Amino acid sequence: MMAVTDLTRRSVDRRPLTTAGVLRRLPWWIAVIFLVGVGVLWVFPFVWMVSASLKENAEVFAAGLNLIPSHFAWENYIRAWEDARFGQYLINTVIVTLWTVFLVTARSAFCGYVLGRYRFRGSRIIMGILLATLFVPTGYTIIPIVQISLQLGVINSLTGMILALSGAANVAGILIYAGYFRQLPKELEEAAVVDGAGFPRIFFSIMLPLATPVTATVALLTFLATWNAFFLPLVFTFGRPELRTVSVGMQAFVGESAVDWSGMAAAGVISILPVVALFFFLQRYFVEGIAGAVKS
Amino acid sequence: MWIWLFLLPTVVLYGLYTIYPIVASYWYSFVRWNGFSAEKEFVGVANYREVFADPQFWNSFKITLLFMLLVAPARVILSFLLAIVLNSPKLPLSKLFRTVYFLPVVTTTAIVGVVMQFILDPASGPVNSILQALGFEGGINFLGDSRTALVTVSVVYVWKFFGITLVYWLAALQTIPQDIYEAARVDGAGVVRMFTNITVPLLKPFLIIISLLTIEETLRAFDLMQTMTGGGPFFSTEIIEIYIYRWAFAATIPQLGHASAAAVLFGAFVFVVGLIQLWGVYSARRMRRDR
Repeated sequence: MMAVTDLTRRSVDRRPLTTAGVLRRLPWWIAVIFLVGVGVLWVFPFVWMVSASLKENAEVFAAGLNLIPSHFAWENYIRAWEDARFGQYLINTVIVTLWTVFLVTARSAFCGYVLGRYRFRGSRIIMGILLATLFVPTGYTIIPIVQISLQLGVINSLTGMILALSGAANVAGILIYAGYFRQLPKELEEAAVVDGAGFPRIFFSIMLPLATPVTATVALLTFLATWNAFFLPLVFTFGRPELRTVSVGMQAFVGESAVDWSGMAAAGVISILPVVALFFFLQRYFVEGIAGAVKS
Repeated sequence: MWIWLFLLPTVVLYGLYTIYPIVASYWYSFVRWNGFSAEKEFVGVANYREVFADPQFWNSFKITLLFMLLVAPARVILSFLLAIVLNSPKLPLSKLFRTVYFLPVVTTTAIVGVVMQFILDPASGPVNSILQALGFEGGINFLGDSRTALVTVSVVYVWKFFGITLVYWLAALQTIPQDIYEAARVDGAGVVRMFTNITVPLLKPFLIIISLLTIEETLRAFDLMQTMTGGGPFFSTEIIEIYIYRWAFAATIPQLGHASAAAVLFGAFVFVVGLIQLWGVYSARRMRRDR
């Protein structure tokens, strides 16, 4: 699809420049100017954040519209990293995110494979339950999640947070996997069975490698959701501030030193940069994962 | 045997952290309990009676609905307009625009919420600086005034999650084969004709699906609300999730029974919206099939 649009666009661009051609394209250039203008506004909050993270606090409060700092105050980053403990928070977030991505992707692949590939007693019921709970908000399940974590003794620990994040509603991954595995041809298994491969062999050495693009999409969407998660990490770190993730840490930072705007801006940059970088490199998979909701 | 082994991780984790909590909420909603002590006193429907009698619960319910009505149409309509423009092969830089308009989606909501507090600050925030430079005297206290807070958060919310709906629409537009347009062009149809006679009818089923997905998402605005306003000022932005949070975690003596009753009612509300959604998706499917 992408290739097709690219091709048409290039052929349009190669048309020789005549007055009529310019006139015909004029509406598009007006659209471009408009979209650039709105686009600048769109990214302004991030530009402002980066700018504030490099200014002295006094300069931020002076509220000039100049976005270029008079000198680069890199010490804001040191303050955010050490005094506000964002170094620690970042490590926590990385640990929690990587484990959750691993657990969710693995269990979604397993479950999606079985549900997409096999009919067995209870498969329809399981599918029904998953679909019915597709949109359960965290606010609904949060109290029992905390209680059960208390009973298991994993409240106030990263382990508890990882388990809760891996178990909380993320049905979409299962559905994407199930949809993908369902449409693979039956002959794949039949050939493998003839070769003497068992169930786990078929899954791990044939099916899972085939589903690599799906795995990338599910892993990325889970990464995004976990890195940005706020509600669960918030209630899991009430008693242990040193276990906060970046999103919880930011709010705590406001509570501790509400006047250190440039420090907080620096903390914000530290927290957001990893996801944004990942997004720029793997944009396609992000977009495909989200678009999948409409297509299915 | 392998089948069940493969299902096990999901059954355990999802069962423990999603299915069990859904069921347990009902049980909790019938007891009086502070969460610390082991004793739970069964009180019947007393919690529900209290929740129903609490004007702040109804306020939070109203805010949740109001928020939905403010942001869902804005997200659906504005992103549709942008998707139409971005989908055209004639638009230069279309890839760059997609990236830019999608960017806020990937950023951490809780952090954006805090940064937005600064950006909208009445004294030193850049938005008010610009307003003053344009000649508006005195800063507007966007988040500190209960009359403007909800609208302000709504605008930020639309900005933050606009990209998701945009991607939905772009995916929908891609289902329309380009040769239909080619054929129409050969028949002499203009841009407007093609839009009203091809694009709009073909997208109608998607309108239902996309609206409902967007509506469902607006019910999960806790992160942004909690970090931008915390539900204030004077409860003017307190959505139900913040109401639940306040009673269960932010109170000096947590009232888990009361919070659970509110959560069950919220869950019922989400479920009803989900049912409408299911019905909508089915009729959308029928529309596509009948075509």
